[in-house]
Amino acid sequence: MPDTIPANMKPVHEKAECLYESYFRKGENPHQTHYCPGCGHGITLKLLAEAIDELGIRDRVIVVSPVGCSVFLYYYFDTGNVQVAHGRAPAAATGLKRSRPDAIVISYQGDGDLAAIGSAEILHAANRGEAITSIFVNNAIYGMTGGQMAPTTPLGNKTTTTPFGRAAHKDGYPIHISEVLSALDGPVYIERVALGNVKQILAAKRAIRKALENQVKGLGFSLVEVLSPCPTIWKMDPVEAQRHVREFMTTLYPLGVKCDRTAQAQPLPAPPPAPPLEEFPRLLRIPTEEAPVQRSGAMGEVDCRIKVAGFGGQGVLLLGQLIAEAGMDYGLEVSWLPSYGPEMRSGTSNCHVRLSTRAIDSPLVSKSHVLIALNEPSLRKFMPAVLPGGTVLYNGAEIPEDLRRNDVTVYALPFFEIADKEGAAKAGNIVALGALLEATRLLPAEVVDQAMARVIKSDKWLEIDRRALSRGMEAIRSMKTQPAKEPCHA
Amino acid sequence: MPRQLIKGNEALMKGAILGGCRAFYGYPITPANELTEAAAYYLPQVGGTFLQAESEVAAINMVFGAASAGIRAMTASSGPGISLMAEGISYLAGAELPCVIVNIMRGGPGLGNIAPEQSDYFQAVKGGGHGNYRCLVLAPATAQEMCDLARLAFELADRYRNPVMIVADGYTGQMMEPVDFYSTAAVDPPVPEWAVTGTAETRKNLITSIYLQPDELEAHVRKLAEKYRLAEQREARWENYRTEDADLVFVGYGIVSRVLKSVVEALREQGIRAGLLRPITLYPFPAAEIRRLAGQAAVFFTVEMSMGQMVEDVRLAVEGRRPVEFYGRCGGNVPSVEEIVQHVTQWIDGRAEQAVAEVMHHA
Repeated sequence: MPDTIPANMKPVHEKAECLYESYFRKGENPHQTHYCPGCGHGITLKLLAEAIDELGIRDRVIVVSPVGCSVFLYYYFDTGNVQVAHGRAPAAATGLKRSRPDAIVISYQGDGDLAAIGSAEILHAANRGEAITSIFVNNAIYGMTGGQMAPTTPLGNKTTTTPFGRAAHKDGYPIHISEVLSALDGPVYIERVALGNVKQILAAKRAIRKALENQVKGLGFSLVEVLSPCPTIWKMDPVEAQRHVREFMTTLYPLGVKCDRTAQAQPLPAPPPAPPLEEFPRLLRIPTEEAPVQRSGAMGEVDCRIKVAGFGGQGVLLLGQLIAEAGMDYGLEVSWLPSYGPEMRSGTSNCHVRLSTRAIDSPLVSKSHVLIALNEPSLRKFMPAVLPGGTVLYNGAEIPEDLRRNDVTVYALPFFEIADKEGAAKAGNIVALGALLEATRLLPAEVVDQAMARVIKSDKWLEIDRRALSRGMEAIRSMKTQPAKEPCHA
Repeated sequence: MPRQLIKGNEALMKGAILGGCRAFYGYPITPANELTEAAAYYLPQVGGTFLQAESEVAAINMVFGAASAGIRAMTASSGPGISLMAEGISYLAGAELPCVIVNIMRGGPGLGNIAPEQSDYFQAVKGGGHGNYRCLVLAPATAQEMCDLARLAFELADRYRNPVMIVADGYTGQMMEPVDFYSTAAVDPPVPEWAVTGTAETRKNLITSIYLQPDELEAHVRKLAEKYRLAEQREARWENYRTEDADLVFVGYGIVSRVLKSVVEALREQGIRAGLLRPITLYPFPAAEIRRLAGQAAVFFTVEMSMGQMVEDVRLAVEGRRPVEFYGRCGGNVPSVEEIVQHVTQWIDGRAEQAVAEVMHHA
């Protein structure tokens, strides 16, 4: 404004402050918009800009531009701007709003963007009650790509992709987005407005302002559907197009408030403040103290490959994990690999454990020094791959005759029956662990005890498992006829 | 520092949070779920955001929004989900937004299976989405690296304002190994000055990937290309394992590289001087190091859990100066030490016979 206008003669109507004075981002013709004469986008943007000004939130606003004729909102809005992929504005707006809860995030989309390719994103953003403001400009046609059918195109309308008219049996029915979204519990406010005459435009202004106010109050998801003329693609002059909005569009898409829960809605709770960085290790459950038991220096080279196998539910993976945990406490390099693939989804379960004094190359155990087989199918499957001199612990009274080998040491013991006598049949896996310790002297019992105390969270179960570990060790001691071998100690 | 026995996927998430990650948007898929679950558990406790999106398409666009707001954001998925994210990754690269995308690779194409593969190499390294762009791609082989490379990934993403992908296979994600966090000092990354955060200072900022004028877009794409050229010069990472005197150099990454270390030992016991070049970055590819090794080694053997994808980059790096052989398994089969040793020794025997035949022919 020229400085010569006296203060008492300020204009009563001027361009909204949050619209740029000139559109330099646009390049050519920075004094005019890129919208066609009579297009509803220009009016809608003006209403939006005025509402932003009236609420005094310009510095907080982030406008999310869609794909389509309105892709260039950032030419006009002197606010934060993010331009996103076709249909994904509600998702990008979600990421923005959750990152910056104090920002006022406005997601702007046309009918192809919102009701076709982006239908999932708008449905779920609305259903989450995402605290954004969604402006949905419905002109019932694809404008930017040259007049193809939109989900909102009326039946019978000829478009470039419905050259014989939109037919319900072939192309489906026009989608009533405001009604569809209003059926959800998430939104606080949905209203359909139109740009058919001045009265309708003023009503549109009130709705847009209310949708923004809701966000300022932190109330949740609001959407305003704007029935909008598209004179160029409709092949009408601007006056005709406006009449078409007023006299036809509003009969297909009735105006009005579709849902309004603003009276009873509570502001969303503010996110709790972030804890100080020093707290992170504790919150991430990262141990800060060394485990007390360490390996004795006198130990020779170890490279032990262990396969644990059985039915799902027998505690196969936990048994393997305890060996690995204890091995780590003992100062060894360890790896634990669960059975991976279709077996996860059926009855069998197995894991590969390696303990080594050196860095572990392949964590896969195809040939094992130790096999713990908690059922017969696992014994059948993995027995042939036990290395000569290795140890087999089998959950059964005796090894099937056809699987017997002279070059491995086999202990057949009913681990789960032994555990059952302790009143906890489930602890059979820990009985087997005790048997492993006694049979191979692979790890000291106190290191395993420490690992159990860390991994097993329930005091009741820790006590049961400690007894089970002892029973397993005793069971081997009572049957042993020769000194324990140490198959893994080179 | 004490070590913690944890799964690779969980190690990655903890490393990411220590490295400044404050937002995770994801969609469930095996075998990447521990990542999503760890994010859901830990991020809200440290003042971050976790949201399960309605699809991978939405998830990557939520990452786009968070990255636009200057937050260190990530997502994780597996092959089929990464395919759905391809659109968003192209937009992130176009808009120069940093973020981390994890692919715990499974068998493909299509629904494939949930077993480990490395057949998303092309997708990760050559683009995956449309347009002239690259992702920086890291390939951890241990739970320790899952943690360490997650931290590095966020640093690289910010340094280049570009998406960084971490590709691991199902085994590396599911396996438990001791992880030493070395430093537990968590990073509180500053808000980048280009971010759109909803404040007066950032009001002028714009995030976009649209450049309507051909000259403008060409300038933008050339700027991206220059960035990738710099990354190629500075960011290639690899591990050499017994290559100093190697006649036969294996090239393999991820879980395969660990099997190959055992293969190297087994072959050396047979008197064959084998070594391993393990790419840690798949893009930038350690081409210069392979070129250097081509001056000394007689043959390269690329081993992958795919029908042959990285082998093309090895061949490009070797520039035809040495034979580059390939051995691959897929469908969830991890090649065993024994089968690789057998394959390689048979190849050597075949070469010997061929050499004899050639001599005989000339005689």
